[in-house]
Amino acid sequence: MQPLTTEQIRAVIARGKLKDTIFKALGLFCLSIGLLVIVALIVDMFIKGSERFTLDFFMNFASRRATQAGILSAWVGSLLVMLVTALAAVPLGVAAGLYLEEYAKRNWLTHIIEVNISNLAAVPSIVYGLLALGIFVYQFGFGQSILSAGLTLALLILPIIIVATREAIRAIPAMIREGSMAVGATRWQTCRYHIIPYAMPGILTGVIIGLARAIGETAPIITIGALTFIAFLPPVPFTGEPPAGLFEWVMSPFTVMPIQIFNWTSRPDPAFEVNAAAAGFVLMVMVLSMNAVAIYLRYKMRKNIKW
Amino acid sequence: MNSQAMSANNPSDLPVVSDRLAKNAMRNVSERLIEALLLGAAAVSVLTTVGIVYVLVSESIHFFQQVSIVDFLTDTQWTPLFDDAHFGIMVLVSGTVVSSLVALSVAIPMGTIIAIYLSEFANSKVREIAKPILELLGGIPTIVFGYFALLVVTPVLQVILPELPGFSLLSAGLVMGIMIVPYIASLSEDAMRAVPMSLREGAYAMGSTRLYTALHVVVPAAFSGLAASYILAISRAVGETMILAVAAGMQPNLTWNPMEPAATITSYIVQVALGDLPHGSIGYLTIFAAGLTLLLITLVFNILGQWLRAKFRENY
Repeated sequence: MQPLTTEQIRAVIARGKLKDTIFKALGLFCLSIGLLVIVALIVDMFIKGSERFTLDFFMNFASRRATQAGILSAWVGSLLVMLVTALAAVPLGVAAGLYLEEYAKRNWLTHIIEVNISNLAAVPSIVYGLLALGIFVYQFGFGQSILSAGLTLALLILPIIIVATREAIRAIPAMIREGSMAVGATRWQTCRYHIIPYAMPGILTGVIIGLARAIGETAPIITIGALTFIAFLPPVPFTGEPPAGLFEWVMSPFTVMPIQIFNWTSRPDPAFEVNAAAAGFVLMVMVLSMNAVAIYLRYKMRKNIKW
Repeated sequence: MNSQAMSANNPSDLPVVSDRLAKNAMRNVSERLIEALLLGAAAVSVLTTVGIVYVLVSESIHFFQQVSIVDFLTDTQWTPLFDDAHFGIMVLVSGTVVSSLVALSVAIPMGTIIAIYLSEFANSKVREIAKPILELLGGIPTIVFGYFALLVVTPVLQVILPELPGFSLLSAGLVMGIMIVPYIASLSEDAMRAVPMSLREGAYAMGSTRLYTALHVVVPAAFSGLAASYILAISRAVGETMILAVAAGMQPNLTWNPMEPAATITSYIVQVALGDLPHGSIGYLTIFAAGLTLLLITLVFNILGQWLRAKFRENY
C-alpha cells in the first residue's frame, strides 16, 4: 500500500473537519426549529387573540356569541382544580419520596414500588382519566366534580413529585444525617428538621413542574366528563357554613382552561378561533412562567449549594 | 449542677430513669406510626396501578360479554354508536400507528441530532441556553399544540400539498413529533454524557474527528440509553390525545395514508367522553376496551424497552 502524501492527508483532515462543521450546523438548525415553534406559537396566539385581551374576556362566562364569551369559569376552575391537586399530590409525593430514600429497606416491596413508579410515568394520561371515571366518578360517587378532577391530576403528577423529592434528598450528604442522629435525634426528627428543609428547593421545583403539567392536561379531565359550558362559579372555597359548607366547592361542576380552548378550537365558526388563541395565550403564559420559575430555582440551587 | 450529680447517686430517683424509658417507648411508637404513614403514601402509586388494571379489565369483561374478541380484533369497521354496530379496533389502531409513525419520523432524527450536538459538540454556554428551551418546549400543553397543528401547521402544509384536507394525521403527527423531540433529546443526551471520557480520548488519539467519534464510539456505547428514549417516545406518541382530537378529525377511518383524517384510540375516548353516554351502556364500555388496548400497547413497548436496556447495557 502506497503511503499517503501530505496533500492527501490534508485533504482527509479537511473533509473530516467539513463534516464536523456540517453536523454542527445541522444540530443548531434542529435546535432552532424547537425555538421557532415556541416563538411561532406565542406570537401567533398573541396576534390572533389580541382583540380579546380586555377585562371582559377574563370576567365573562362562556357564551354563544364569540365576542361576548370569556374565560371566567375556566380560569377559576383551573385554579380550584390545581388547589385540590396540590393539596393531594404534594404531601403524598413528598412522603413517598421520603420513605423510599430514608426508610425503605432494600427488599421486594421497595423494588415493586420503584418499578411501579417508573412505569406509571409512561402510562398515557388518558388512561388516568379512565381510572378516574371508573373509580372516583362512579365507585366513590364524587361525580364530575372539582374533587374528581383534582385527584386525577394529583395521581398523574405524583411520579414527577416523587422523583424530584428523591433526587433532592439523595443530594444531601450522609454526614448531615449522621450529625443529627449522633446528637440523639430519631429518624423522623432528622427528616423533619434536616432532610425536608434542605431538600425543599428541589422538591419545590418538582412541584411547580408537576403543577405546570397538570394545569395544561386536557384529556383526563374530558374523560371524567367535565362539562364544556359552565355559566356559574363554584362556591368560594372555605367560606360556607362549617363544617359541611367549607367543602361544598369541591363537589361543584367546573370547566378548566384547556377544555375551554378545546371547545373553541373545535367549533367551525372562525370567530371562536380568536377566543381560542386568546385563551391559549393566557394558558401558555401560565405554564411557561411556572416552568421558568422552576428552571430559575434549579439554576439558583446549583449555584448556591455547597456542602 | 452539684445537686443534680448528688441526686443521680440517690436510689430514690430511679423513677426518673423509667420516665425516660417510657418517653423512649412513646417515641418508638410514634416513629413506627410515621414510618407506616410514609409507607402508605408510597403504596398509593401501587394502588394507582392496581386501580387502573382493575377498572380497565373489569369494564372490558362486561364489554367482551357482548362483543366477541375475534370481531374486536378482525372487524374492519368501528361504528359502536350506530344501529348497525361494529367493533373493529383495528380501525382505531391504524390511526394511532400512522400518526405515531409520522411523529417518530420527525422526533427520532431531530431528537438524536440535538442530543449528539449538545453532548459532543456544543460548549457549555450553548447547552445552558438550549436545555431550558427544550424543557419549555416539552412543557407546552398539548391542547396548545393541537391548536397549532390545526390552525397554523395545516394551512401552511396545504400550500405545499393542496389536496391535504383540513383534518389530517400528517399535520397532527408532525406537531406531535416536535412535542416529543425534547424527551428524546434530553434522555439521549444524558445517556451519551454518561459514556466515559476515556473512550472519546482513545478515538481522538487515533485521529478520529468529533463526528466520527460521536457516531462510531459514543452512540454505540450509549445505545441502551438511546433505545430507552425511543421507546419512551413511542409510548408518548401512542398515548397522545389532544393534538389528534383537535387536528386529525375524529371519524373512524381504516387507513394507512397520513394525508387522510382518522380517529385514534385516544381521540375516540375523548369523543365518547364529550357526549353523554349512560353509565354501563355498550358505548360507555367501548372506551374501556379501547383504553385497555392502549395500555397493552404501551406495556409491550415498556417491556421491550427494559429488555433492550438489559441486553445492550454497557458497563464501564
